[in-house]
Amino acid sequence: MTRAATENARGVVVGRRPARVRLLWFGIAVAVVALLAFASVVIGSRDVSIADVVAAIGGSVDNTSEAAVAKRLPRTVLALVVGLALGLAGAVMQGVTRNPLADPGILGVNMGASLAIVVGIAWFGLSTATGYLWVATVGAGVAAVFVYAIGSLGRGGATPLKLALAGAATSAALASFVTAISLPRGDISGTVRSWLIGGVGGAGWTSIGQMAPFLAVGVLVSLLSARRLNSLALGDELATGLGERVAVTRAVAALGAVLLCGAATAIAGPIAFVGLVVPHACRLLVGVDHRWLLPFSGVVGAGLVVASDVLGRIVARPGEVDVGIITAILGAPVFIAIVRRRKVSSL
Amino acid sequence: MTTAHALTATDLTVGYGDTTIISDLDLDLVAGAITVIVGPNACGKSTLLRSMSRLLPPRSGQVVLDGRSIHGMPAKELARTLGLLPQSPIAPEGITVADLVGRGRHPHQGMFTRWSRADDVAVAEALIATDTADLADRAVDELSGGQRQRVWIAMALAQDTDILLLDEPTTFLDVSHQVEVLDLLTDLNRRRGTTIVIVLHDLNLAVRYADHLVAMRDGEVYASGSPETILTPELIESVFGISAAVITDPTSGKPLMLPIGRHHMVDRGGPDAADGPAGHPASD
Repeated sequence: MTRAATENARGVVVGRRPARVRLLWFGIAVAVVALLAFASVVIGSRDVSIADVVAAIGGSVDNTSEAAVAKRLPRTVLALVVGLALGLAGAVMQGVTRNPLADPGILGVNMGASLAIVVGIAWFGLSTATGYLWVATVGAGVAAVFVYAIGSLGRGGATPLKLALAGAATSAALASFVTAISLPRGDISGTVRSWLIGGVGGAGWTSIGQMAPFLAVGVLVSLLSARRLNSLALGDELATGLGERVAVTRAVAALGAVLLCGAATAIAGPIAFVGLVVPHACRLLVGVDHRWLLPFSGVVGAGLVVASDVLGRIVARPGEVDVGIITAILGAPVFIAIVRRRKVSSL
Repeated sequence: MTTAHALTATDLTVGYGDTTIISDLDLDLVAGAITVIVGPNACGKSTLLRSMSRLLPPRSGQVVLDGRSIHGMPAKELARTLGLLPQSPIAPEGITVADLVGRGRHPHQGMFTRWSRADDVAVAEALIATDTADLADRAVDELSGGQRQRVWIAMALAQDTDILLLDEPTTFLDVSHQVEVLDLLTDLNRRRGTTIVIVLHDLNLAVRYADHLVAMRDGEVYASGSPETILTPELIESVFGISAAVITDPTSGKPLMLPIGRHHMVDRGGPDAADGPAGHPASD
C-alpha cells in the first residue's frame, strides 16, 4: 500500500468525526440550559429584577423579591441535577439493554425506588433525605434486576418489546402496591402523594447536598462506561470479540444508572419520560457515539426538567403544575412516535 | 508477515443447556493458512467457532492460544490477537462506516487513552484494503448487503489481529459478493499472513478458498487436511449424506463437488425421463 493512499484515506478518516459540529451543539445546549436556569430563577408568581437575583446569589434576603429568588435557587439547581441524572440514566439504560424504549420510568426502576420509599415511610419511620436515598437506590436496583430477568425469559432474550412490557407490567404492579400501602394510612398519604407526583418545589440545599455523592458516583460510573457501551452496541458476540466482558460491562453501567435514578427519585419523586426522550433527541444531534451521547443527554436532560418546571409555573399562575406531570405530557407523544417507528426492535 | 500464533482446541466439549453440541474435539489450526470449516446444518461448526473465540465456555477441555487457555487470558489481550466476526453483528442505527470501523480499535485502547495516530492508520488501511474508503462518511444502514459485509470485514481488519475467525461471512450475499468477500480474505491472508478461519456453507467455495479444510459431523471433526486430499465422494456422502461426483475445477485446479439428486440424469435418457431414484454418478 502506498503512503499516498494512506494519507488520502486519512483525509477521509479525519472527516469521519464531525467533532466541531458536536462541540457546537454541546455549546448551544449548555447555553440554552443556562438561559433556562436563569429563567427558572426569574419567573414565578412574583416578578423579580436582575438586581434582586444578583443580590440573592450573594446571599442577601433583605426584601421579598430577594427571598423569592433565594427559594428558587435550590429549586433550579435541583431541577438541573435531577434532569441530568435522568437524562444520563436513560442514555445508559438504552445502551445497556440495546433498547430504544429503555427509560427509568418505563422499565419500572423509578417505581421500584418509589415503592421502597413508601414502604420505608409507612413502616420504618423513614424521614431523612439520606434514608430516602439509600432505600430508593436499593429499590431501584431490585426493580431493574427483576424487570431485566422477566424480560429475558423465553426465546430471543431481552427484546425491546418484552423489556418494555415487563417494565410496564412491573411498574403498574408496583404503583398499585404504593397505592394499597398509602391509601389506608391517613397519617402518611399526604407526604406520599406530594412526593409521588414528582416535584422539585420543596427543594433545599441540604437534600441536594445529601444527593450529591450518589449523583457523583453515578455520573462517574456512567461516563466511564461510554466506550464499553459503544462496543456493546455492536451486539454481545462482537463486543466479546473486541475484548469486552459483556456481563461485567452491563452490570457496572446499570449500577451507574440505578444510582442516578435512585437519587433523582428519592429527592424529586418519580419523574417519567425524561430518560426516554432526551437520548433520542441527542442521538439526532450528536450521533450514536456514547462518549458524546452520555454527557449530551445529561445536559439536555437538565434543560428539559428545568424547562418543564418553569412551564409548570407559567401555565397555572399563580399556582404551579408539578414537573413530573409536565414531563409526562411532553414525553408521552414521543414515546408513541418511537414505538410506531419500524426499526423499534434494534438500536 | 506476522508472528505465527498457535490456536488449538483439546478435548473440547461444548453445549447449551442440556444438549451437548461438540464432544471431545481436537483441532490444531494451521498458522498463516486459511482454514475453512464445513459441515451440514447443526453439526456444531458455528459452535466450534464461538467456543474458540471465547463466546462460549467449554464444558470440559480447553482452547489454547500460544500455550495459554483463552478463557484465562485478559479479554482485551486476547482481542488483540484473536478477532471474530459473528454471523449477525449489529450496526447501531445511523452510525457511519468510519465510526463503525473505528470501533474495531477498542482492544487497542485503554480506558483513558485517546484516539491515536496508530488508530487512524489502522482504520485508513482497513478502509482501503476493503475498498470502502469512499463510503467512510455514509451511514451503514444505507449500504447494500455486499458493501455492508465489506465494512464489517474492515472493522475486523482495523482490530489488527493475527488470527481472524469469521462465521458464515457470505450468508445473504449474492454469488459475486461471496467471491469478492472470499477474495478479500485471501488478500489479507497473503499480504499480512493472517491466520483465517471461516465457517462456510457453500462446499465448493470452501474448497476453492481453503488451504486447509475441516469437515465436521455431529460435533466431531470427521476429516481435515488439504481439500485436494480429503474431498472425495465418500467424504461428501458420509458428512453431508448426499452422493456426489468430484471433478477438477478447470479454473482453480481444485476439486469441485457436483451433488447428485434424483432428477436430471443425462444417462437416463435426457432431461424429460430423469425422475427415477438416484442413479449412477456421472463419470468424473
